[in-house]
Amino acid sequence: MCLGIPGEVLSMEEDAQGLRKGRVSFGGVVREVSLDLVPEARVGDYVVVHVGFAISVIDAEEAQSVFQLLQELEEAAL
Amino acid sequence: MKYLDEYRDAPAAEKLLRQIKTVVGRPWVIMEVCGSQTHTLLRYGIDQMLPEEITLVHGPGCPVCVTPVEAIDQAVALAGRPDVIFVSYGDMLRVPGTEKDLLSVKAEGGDVRMVYSPLDAVRLARENPGRKVIFFAIGFETTAPANAMAVSLAHRQGLDNFFVLTSHVLVPPAVDLIAASPDNQVQGFLAPGHVCTVTGYREYETIARERRVPIVVTGFEPLDLLQGILMLVTQLEEGRHEVENQYTRSVRRKGNRRAQAIMTEVFEVVDHKWRGIGLIPRSGLRLREAYARFDAARVFGLQGIACQEAEVCISGLVLQGVKKPPECPAFGTDCTPEHPLGAPMVSSEGACAAYHAYRRQETTDFQNDEGRASARQSRRQPEGWPSVVKDAGERVG
Repeated sequence: MCLGIPGEVLSMEEDAQGLRKGRVSFGGVVREVSLDLVPEARVGDYVVVHVGFAISVIDAEEAQSVFQLLQELEEAAL
Repeated sequence: MKYLDEYRDAPAAEKLLRQIKTVVGRPWVIMEVCGSQTHTLLRYGIDQMLPEEITLVHGPGCPVCVTPVEAIDQAVALAGRPDVIFVSYGDMLRVPGTEKDLLSVKAEGGDVRMVYSPLDAVRLARENPGRKVIFFAIGFETTAPANAMAVSLAHRQGLDNFFVLTSHVLVPPAVDLIAASPDNQVQGFLAPGHVCTVTGYREYETIARERRVPIVVTGFEPLDLLQGILMLVTQLEEGRHEVENQYTRSVRRKGNRRAQAIMTEVFEVVDHKWRGIGLIPRSGLRLREAYARFDAARVFGLQGIACQEAEVCISGLVLQGVKKPPECPAFGTDCTPEHPLGAPMVSSEGACAAYHAYRRQETTDFQNDEGRASARQSRRQPEGWPSVVKDAGERVG
């Protein structure tokens, strides 16, 4: 149920009701996703999508934190 | 896929495992609250790779599993009406009610449809003005904003044939209930990353402080879970009880304010009954008075449906982490994914389904492998952990 899949925002538009939508690519599979909950999202951002709604924009820098930790562990071991 | 594949890297996982082994000194019992995390842990065999000091127990974070049988029975009653299109997330269709599930209603001619998003349900209502479209709005805080958006959209579009049957639950009251229980064995929690993406984690800070229990907000991929476990074990070894955030690429401390706003606009917090667990104060959501005309339970007068659980099913104990699925006498015999007695055997987040999918073969291998069996028997168990769980742990492998 709480499945969230990361996808890349390819384009954005506003529909007749004023809802923000985007075309989002999940490894090449493109779906229409509501961007109403992530007003900060821009084309090229990766968003976490749950039941058709983007719920967050992925922070690219924070996404590296586990790899930075691994790097530090390796350096400490030397 | 970017932001998935790199978090499934085996050499990186091994390094994190080695670090966990370096840090751990004493036995610890930790609970992953979310059912998606349970599935990742079992699918990748992480629970078996962890040092023997660490015991994982599985939490109640499976919305399908905790939806009360009354709600299923109400859904079944509504879905059987000829004027209704009943719309649901796929996971709910095979959850057993007192007499039958939604899939049986569909087989008998009911118009039951599966959707990917609540917006699909709103679209169905718009396209079928002569029918009543009822959406089964279940889920945790991750899903509540999306379901709230659907109601808000139907309101703005002036739809009078769209309704929701709600069973929305909130995670912090359940975590607090487990942490505060007098016979609680859980010493640290991995909190669910997508719930916290919406809500943030300030409520968990209160729980960590009051119950003196460390909590790490954690993601869903193998490296996320291993890093979350490392952070939790480090806190436990150092005697700290704070809330830390492993899933920083998605979770901010205050969460998604816009998602919270729509949730609060449409829903209000109420006491809620969890299937298998019982009533938990202020642990559910229902539509506010201003949106009452969309509330299927109020509009269709569904009170007084008599309901009953399968007697043999121990899902309540499984959902609280007190028992593991194979301790149930029906596990894998009378209760299977094809013929489930309880919701945890149905849902893609249910602990019973996870054990059934990933463990059965290994259990057989394990029984045939004397070396592995004796290695397992020498495994130390945390002091005070109920012997029945210990035995099951050995049996499960």
